[in-house]
Amino acid sequence: MVNPQMVMYEEEFNQIQTVVDRLVKDANAKVVFIVDKNGQLIAASGDVDNLDTTSLASLTAGNIAATGGMAKLLKENEFATQFHEGEKANIHIQLVGNRVILVVIFDAKSSLGLVRLRVRKASEELNHIFEALLKKVQEPGADSPFAEITDEDIDNLFND
Amino acid sequence: MSFINYMAREINCKIVYYGPGLCGKTTNLQYIYERTNPEAKGKMISLATETDRTLFFDFLPLALGEIRGFKTRFHLYTVPGQVFYDASRKLILKGVDGVVFVADSQIGRIEANQESVENLRTNLAEQGYSLDKVPYVMQYNKRDLPEIATPEELRELLNPTKVPEYEAVARTGVGVFDTLKAVAKLVLTELKKGGP
Repeated sequence: MVNPQMVMYEEEFNQIQTVVDRLVKDANAKVVFIVDKNGQLIAASGDVDNLDTTSLASLTAGNIAATGGMAKLLKENEFATQFHEGEKANIHIQLVGNRVILVVIFDAKSSLGLVRLRVRKASEELNHIFEALLKKVQEPGADSPFAEITDEDIDNLFND
Repeated sequence: MSFINYMAREINCKIVYYGPGLCGKTTNLQYIYERTNPEAKGKMISLATETDRTLFFDFLPLALGEIRGFKTRFHLYTVPGQVFYDASRKLILKGVDGVVFVADSQIGRIEANQESVENLRTNLAEQGYSLDKVPYVMQYNKRDLPEIATPEELRELLNPTKVPEYEAVARTGVGVFDTLKAVAKLVLTELKKGGP
């Protein structure tokens, strides 16, 4: 297997959520979310109720993948940071530890400088959390909760 | 690479629809989107050209129900089928849990299908996956058109390892859900074994 299985436990999730919640406040952001490189949403904070975070997660990952592809062609390792400026909303995308993507959406109440500063600190914290999480996942005995499921369970999912 | 979230009690899997240009990958997703209850699906996203050819990918999130208290969510993606979009196709295969190959049954498209299967095998290998190991199903699409190859011919040319195969007319939905269910089942069975 190339990539280890991504697993999220309660303990690490709470740590990540704390970092993300704080980043919303510290950076004066509207929304902050974290996506894995395959487009799965890991955590979100801020004004997310009116936002299609699932779609945003998938598109962010696509964007990072495309940029990573360009980097490779230029013999760069990665382009770790992206910034898109709109009329009202801006989006700052940061690759963390080459593993997950930290996205900050902000408006005129904040500034790119502040966001970059706060993202840098949050990235370091997140990197530590994800490193620890990865170790935990790779420990023997960390079985999939799906090891116990039966063929019947799977069939039942499709009996509609 | 599936994502198991103990906190949200859900499991997320990625399924990629692969195949040559105009074989019906996007049409498969569109049919699934149209026929799924609103509460079980998210928005379908299509990154397409002005002439509706897939430029990067289509994306459709689906919730299939619960297994042992875990919500199962499937993220369906298509790749751009046109030959020159190969760089994009490689990117979309990253982290894939299951693959559907949509073959165009028309006799004139046999070579395009063969090239695309080979391309799939190569691109998966680049990501460190083997087509012989990844959950994989085959769909023979456009069965309603004239001048099509027989399923036996298609099997011989495209499906030598005899993975589950389905005849389909994606435009009207024939075989679309059978294909999806088959690949979803294989993905879940793989998870049961402990990962891809």
